[in-house]
Amino acid sequence: MDENLRKNIILEHYNNPVNKGLVKEDGYIKVNMNSSTCIDNLDFMVKIENGVIKDARFDGEACAISTSASSIMMNMIIGKTIKEAEEIIENYEAMIDERKYDEDVLQEAIVFNEIYKQANRKKCALLPFEGLKKIIAQEKEQ
Amino acid sequence: MDFNKDFNILSSGVIYLDNCATTLKPNSVVNAVSDYYMNYSANAHRGDYDMSRKVDDKINETRDKVARFINAKSSKEIVFTSGATESLNMIIKGYFLNRLDKDDEILTTKAEHASLILPWFEVAKKKGCNVKYIDLKDDLKVTLANVKKAVTKNTKVISLAHVTNVIGDVRPIKEIIKYAHEKGILVVIDGAQSVPHDKIDVSDLDVDFLAFSAHKMLGPTGLGILYAKEEYLKDIDPLITGGGMNAFFDSLMNVEYKDVPEKLEPGTPNVAGIIGFSKALDYLNELGMENVHKYEMDLKKYMVDKLSKLNNVIIYNKDVPNGIVTFNVDGVFAQDVAAYLNKKNICVRVGSHCAKTLSEVLGVKNTCRASLYFYNTKEDVDALVDALNNDNILYDSL
Repeated sequence: MDENLRKNIILEHYNNPVNKGLVKEDGYIKVNMNSSTCIDNLDFMVKIENGVIKDARFDGEACAISTSASSIMMNMIIGKTIKEAEEIIENYEAMIDERKYDEDVLQEAIVFNEIYKQANRKKCALLPFEGLKKIIAQEKEQ
Repeated sequence: MDFNKDFNILSSGVIYLDNCATTLKPNSVVNAVSDYYMNYSANAHRGDYDMSRKVDDKINETRDKVARFINAKSSKEIVFTSGATESLNMIIKGYFLNRLDKDDEILTTKAEHASLILPWFEVAKKKGCNVKYIDLKDDLKVTLANVKKAVTKNTKVISLAHVTNVIGDVRPIKEIIKYAHEKGILVVIDGAQSVPHDKIDVSDLDVDFLAFSAHKMLGPTGLGILYAKEEYLKDIDPLITGGGMNAFFDSLMNVEYKDVPEKLEPGTPNVAGIIGFSKALDYLNELGMENVHKYEMDLKKYMVDKLSKLNNVIIYNKDVPNGIVTFNVDGVFAQDVAAYLNKKNICVRVGSHCAKTLSEVLGVKNTCRASLYFYNTKEDVDALVDALNNDNILYDSL
């Protein structure tokens, strides 16, 4: 991907994030993701009904990478089944770790396919997906 | 002076501006540590053979050197710990936990490092005492007047950093200590950010307890110093017991501990760290702490003058008398600023810098911190300023 295009997509999501802002409504599973090594601090809330992600939102203070990754994740997961979301997480983690992944599954999230070049920002890119994993684990426990 | 020959990392081209977190180590320190492991890595307190006696001699020598460095009355007042954090925990939990009662007051500020404030929270919760905060002025400074206002008849101890690690303000501790002693109050000082950067004289300050770390002053990691006046040091209960610190014990649980400082140094000491630290002190003594301080002050002024000319940089501590500059770039999250600077091989620290209660008074939670040491140069500062003189920092951070 062209570097300017990649940066512009990231900045567009940072400046106009999708579903940023939490709601006071029941039926959501919430997690706080507070990175121990950097200063990102984001809350995520996801509503899952009959195995389908009906809504997802996030809020908090975080860097451009964490915020844009969260925004892009919102776009990707709403309307998906848990199984599909897990496939997204799996492919996304593979991409961040420089393993083989399916570009078609990741759509816009491939803007982070070179984040390995800034190793200290991998955790920022992973943060929302770690949050989603926790939420899915909680949903499965219920 | 050209420090590149003494500090291997400097010749890599990295611009290291995170000296509050830890400093670089001169080759003499690294070589001394290596020499110990390569050539005489015996344990301490086993003086039955030459190699071990050499280790004991080195430890004693270093203890004397530390005592002279801070002008303690005796080497017996110097305890080797794992770092300032452990030193503070030993002071607070080993001395004060058993001496404070319900409703006693611990006086501190909201600008303190976690390693000082969290042990006090524990003591306060266990004993039902109160942690009270000295009002900070608008520039976040502590004044003797505000200390006086905060002291009550219940105040038993005042505990604060000599120099804070976020803003870098220097507290008037000599005046505070004098006032505290008049009121029968003890004073515990966190010297982690002051001892490495200026001449600290514990006798002149009349400080009761002081903690600092070796690695923030050229020494190895994993080593710290606990200083206390001997009369108080003797009364610190060991938090950890074991070998090296006992004089006698039997199966009926009769136990006798050694005298200080050994009583507070259980187990095998950090021999390599102590030997390395000795060389760090040699290096600083050769430079002269007054010179270290003056050089940092001049460089700090140079940095503040240049950064102040940039419209996009907000500085929070222009006037504090040491080498810490805390700043943000307008409209860019601190983490992104650091990621951008990292691309240019410039190391700064971002975050709340372990002083999470400070955001309550500073009004901003996260900042970037550039902190200097004597080996930093005007060229380092120029590189930082040039990098920040950019309207597209966010874009370029990606």
